[in-house]
Amino acid sequence: MQINIIGKRYLFFLISAIIIIPGLILLAYEASTEQLPLAIDFTGGSLTEVKLDSGDLPLPAEVVSFLENQGYEDVKVQTTGEGTLVIRTVALDETQQGSLIRSLQDEFAADLTILRIESVGATIGREVAIRAAEAVAVAAVIVVLFITFAFRGIPHAFRYGVCAILAMIHDVAVVLSVTAIGSWFFGWQIDALFLTALLTVIGFSVQDKIVVFDRIRENRNIYKRLPFETLVNHSVVQTLQRSINTQLMTVEFMLLSLALFGGVTLREFAVILLIGLLSGTYSSIFIASSTLVVWENREWTWWFNRKQKPAAA
Amino acid sequence: MQRYQINLIIIVVIVALALLVILPLDSHSGIHFAGINKDIGTRLGLDLVGGIQALLEADLPADAAIEADAMSTATRIVENRVNGLGVNEAVVQQAADRRILVELPGETDPERALAVIKETGLLEFVDFSNLSDAEIEALLAAQAPIQTDFGQSTNTNTSATGTVTSTVDSRVFPTVMTGAALKNAQATVSEFGDYQVAFELTSEGADIFRDFTRAHIGDVLAIVLDKQIISAPEIQNEIPDGQGLISGSFDAEGANSLAVQLRYGSLPIPLTVVSTRSIGPTLGQDSLQKSLVAGLIGFTIVFLFMGIYYRMPGIVADISIIIYALIAFALFRFIPVTLTLAGVAGFLLSTGSALDANILIFERFKEELRAGRTLSQAFNLGWQRAWPSIRDSNIATIITCVILFWFGSAFGATIVKGFSLTLFIGVLISLFTARFVSRSLLEAALNIFKPKNYSKWFGL
Repeated sequence: MQINIIGKRYLFFLISAIIIIPGLILLAYEASTEQLPLAIDFTGGSLTEVKLDSGDLPLPAEVVSFLENQGYEDVKVQTTGEGTLVIRTVALDETQQGSLIRSLQDEFAADLTILRIESVGATIGREVAIRAAEAVAVAAVIVVLFITFAFRGIPHAFRYGVCAILAMIHDVAVVLSVTAIGSWFFGWQIDALFLTALLTVIGFSVQDKIVVFDRIRENRNIYKRLPFETLVNHSVVQTLQRSINTQLMTVEFMLLSLALFGGVTLREFAVILLIGLLSGTYSSIFIASSTLVVWENREWTWWFNRKQKPAAA
Repeated sequence: MQRYQINLIIIVVIVALALLVILPLDSHSGIHFAGINKDIGTRLGLDLVGGIQALLEADLPADAAIEADAMSTATRIVENRVNGLGVNEAVVQQAADRRILVELPGETDPERALAVIKETGLLEFVDFSNLSDAEIEALLAAQAPIQTDFGQSTNTNTSATGTVTSTVDSRVFPTVMTGAALKNAQATVSEFGDYQVAFELTSEGADIFRDFTRAHIGDVLAIVLDKQIISAPEIQNEIPDGQGLISGSFDAEGANSLAVQLRYGSLPIPLTVVSTRSIGPTLGQDSLQKSLVAGLIGFTIVFLFMGIYYRMPGIVADISIIIYALIAFALFRFIPVTLTLAGVAGFLLSTGSALDANILIFERFKEELRAGRTLSQAFNLGWQRAWPSIRDSNIATIITCVILFWFGSAFGATIVKGFSLTLFIGVLISLFTARFVSRSLLEAALNIFKPKNYSKWFGL
């Protein structure tokens, strides 16, 4: 007797909803109160990170009041676990950047190492984000067309493309939700590296769905009599070992080591990738194919009319 | 000789070629012999070595049309100035139709770097009267920077890098006057319908010019911008009142661009800095070292897993992945591809799909063995049946890469570009290694060991 994954599809939809919805609500709340955890890559502004060679960090509040007295606007200061000082202000040009460093040296410590100074104009970051979203949307449409073409031998080829993209959107939603929660509790920020992580998740998600769908494509031509739901479940179970091995054992190992040993810059990136790819595996097994079955059975006609729901589902 | 044996030889040749490109690993010395070895070297992005990245934008209203010519002239001028900084492997690229991306690896002082980029170019009128016509021809043809006796200090940098030109002219030419003496310049049409450039000098400039032209009729007075000769007109007669004409074989465009260069001394378009990123060398090296260690640990675990779980095919896959990584790294050095953190992420993802291809094939292989097929049947069927899924899933990834790359280069989003390029290259190589390398190696292994006990050899 085979494991019945597809039969429990609504349970898996529920699990996804539990992960996605709170984060998205949090995100909407942050958006409405203008507290979105966007880094200067998207909002514009300046970020200066220095390390004091003495290791004696001044209190953030001290630095803020000192810099505000010097005339810098909108100053936010954080100290990190690595003994560095992160200073965020409005966008500074290169002369202001230089004088900021010099005043820090005069006031707090002569020996400081500049780790990074970034300054982004307000419009440019938003533009990059919008263009990235456009590019992903274009890519999604073309991928749907490609899948429709690649699956043209079996009925409703178009659905496979759409369901792959739906599952991809699911994975993006999971990443956004987790990031929102992370920003709330750990002060994570959505920056340019986050964008890279998201692109990676999107790429892997679609690739992974096609592997599972490929098995449905193959089986559909072998077991022509089998009910669609059984067929899909059979295919998912057949590819289960591969999904788990590829994802959990290989990709996730790699990312876990990146998260644990990869240094501060990469930690957040690796954690987000880890979650995104995990979600990708989850949605390949539990969501993408389930959506196909929902579509095949036109189950939305039952959703608001429980009495007609067949017991078998 | 059997087919797999020929394939093995091909694989050995490919690996040897890859190693040839990879070794010696002198990437960190930063020494490059200009023009000698095609600059084969590992290029690390700013986020890994430290350095400055600046995005310049045309300082014009967003709806103003910007001529492509003017923008590419501006890019070239910025490039000349950046070369003057003496930074190895500096990048100056036009991004979209109104932006220029400047990357200066290893540079640590944003104030100095941006001051050089933003300075107004130095326009000089240089006396070529001591040169023969042939020598002037040669100078114009060389398109190399020249040295003048005005503001020499900026030029010593240029020759020190050795990247701009290996044949720096040691002659120093006298500067008659600079662009400061110029009041106005514009393209006009002569009575014969020829295009020419009319210019007007300040009263001070007019005096210098009158004396000089009187003494040098028939000689060449070169117009030099940032030490690059942009025009070398001959003095036909004395110009007493500071009103001159440069005529020659101009078309409308040529006359116009010379006039623009005379007028603005430099940039045909005003530029403003919209974003800067300077990464200190400490942070970069820290990231690099830690991600290398992390990558190594990750790979080791994955290799162990593959070997333990899939036994012989797993070990074959491990070898195949090593070959994959060698080819990819060799290509990154050869093309060359600049490796940023995002690029490394793209590469890791493609490594994932290279592993996935192997896992797909082996799972299929084991399935066919369980279904009672013979070894060679299972071997062939495994490949045959796993291939459509590998092919289609990777095509989808390639489509995504192409679109992201196009977008990344069009809008100067270097992260997206770096990511999609390494992913694209990686996916192509992974298709090759799965289809050719893994297959040939496994075929060879099956032929050599002739396994009987499937559970021992394949973990069945």
